[in-house]
Amino acid sequence: MNVIQAIAIVVLKEMVRRKDFYVLFIITALITLLMGSINIFRDQSIAGYLKELALLLIWICSLVIAISTTARQLYAEKENRTIFPLLAKPVSRAQLLLGKFFGCWIACGLALFVFYLFLGIVAASREHTLDVGSYLVAMLLHWGALAVVVGMALLGSIVFAAPSSNGTICFVVALGILFLERHLNTVALQTGGWLGNVIYGVYFITPRLDWAFEVREFLIFHNPMPGIVIWTQALLFYGAYAAMLLLAAWLLFRRRALNT
Amino acid sequence: MIRIVEPILKTEDLRVEFRSKEVGGGVKVAVKGLNLAVHPGETFGFLGPNGAGKTTTMNVLLGFVNATSGNAFLFGQNVREPIARQRIGYLPELTYYYKFLSAEELLRFYARIFNIPKSEREKRIDEVLKLVELDHARKRQIKTYSKGMQQRAGLAQALINNPDLLILDEPTSGLDPIGRMKVREIIQRLKNEGKTVFFSSHELGEVETICDRVAILHQGELKREGRVSDIVREFNCDLEQAFLRIIGHAPVNGASSEPAKEFFAA
Repeated sequence: MNVIQAIAIVVLKEMVRRKDFYVLFIITALITLLMGSINIFRDQSIAGYLKELALLLIWICSLVIAISTTARQLYAEKENRTIFPLLAKPVSRAQLLLGKFFGCWIACGLALFVFYLFLGIVAASREHTLDVGSYLVAMLLHWGALAVVVGMALLGSIVFAAPSSNGTICFVVALGILFLERHLNTVALQTGGWLGNVIYGVYFITPRLDWAFEVREFLIFHNPMPGIVIWTQALLFYGAYAAMLLLAAWLLFRRRALNT
Repeated sequence: MIRIVEPILKTEDLRVEFRSKEVGGGVKVAVKGLNLAVHPGETFGFLGPNGAGKTTTMNVLLGFVNATSGNAFLFGQNVREPIARQRIGYLPELTYYYKFLSAEELLRFYARIFNIPKSEREKRIDEVLKLVELDHARKRQIKTYSKGMQQRAGLAQALINNPDLLILDEPTSGLDPIGRMKVREIIQRLKNEGKTVFFSSHELGEVETICDRVAILHQGELKREGRVSDIVREFNCDLEQAFLRIIGHAPVNGASSEPAKEFFAA
């Protein structure tokens, strides 16, 4: 546990000391502030749309942070050759992967906390009400979904040859799941035949990131959040899915030759 | 009564093959049936020209590469087990560390990996930084260090767990004479402390001064293993000349070696 924690802390330190992380962070915060505070035609109903846009922006930025930071972790270790003195110590490859996973995931969680806090404050200043519980559930589900994305990018960094291809593929897949997955069921039914079965297969295999994504609407329209049992099940699903991706990454990485 | 000392580092018929990346390149044998044994307290030089298989052997010993056949052991444990690396320190050929960390942070990170208790951690970091003469720069990020300083930071990380065996891959390569001298002094001090040092180097003069025994590898095969003094006595010359003769590239009594003769004839 100590090893995993030590590796995760180094990942966090690297992110804190990298300038590009701050650029993305500040841009998102500024746009959220602008979205939340703008007053178009003195129309109060426009606030809902702006909140939706701000949440969409937070989702996209969190995906960029999760994928861009995770996708380069193992490549950077190999390219900078820091992996050799590290693995020459009593560190297993599973511990290395877990350390990287938790480091990136916790960094995403910290970024999400700041984004949601910022959005909550800006939204409360206009709506004169703040449902802390709803924001917390939305953030937790979002963070859970990012565990799957981080696991996917980590697996991709072992499968694909370059961080750019890994990042691009992960981003396209994640956006595809967010926007298209809920329609796959219908498409499968309409298509029918073997192609329909294939689409059904894809529908059941892909992680349901759209569950967390749809929770935005509860925040926008002030609907009551789903009960604790439902969102706990969703979080467990994300946890199990991320564990499965990490297992696949470990199976591929555990015997791979690393030449100095 | 004769006391049998178990080797700290041992390889048994170690063979490493790589699939060539060239089209139709087939299989390249990097190490052919290597048998080595390094005993406690020894300073062992692992020599060979570039491409001889030294780094590949070290990669197997450190678990980076799996052997095609044969076995490798550190402290009697198979090198595939992470626990085998608990009592070793490793300095790679080219030093690259997390450059956004300071030397102190880097050592704290590695100390945590070795599970060194918090109470001892800071004391050990102080000791090691003093040993490698980086105490004055401990708070500076590694990216601001000179190459020599980075190499000494590398040595510091290799020593953080007070290892019984040090594996050093060309520790003085690319350093200026002062940097080389400093690294050599540190290795000498470790040797005097009774540490086992296994290192590869092309600086045969320093190998002759520091090492007790050497193994000479050429094209993946072990050509010679023995005490430095015995090899030097046998060939009646310094280690560099003996090395060149062993690998078949030495001018013998002014005459060129066979490959050299062929080259000049062409």
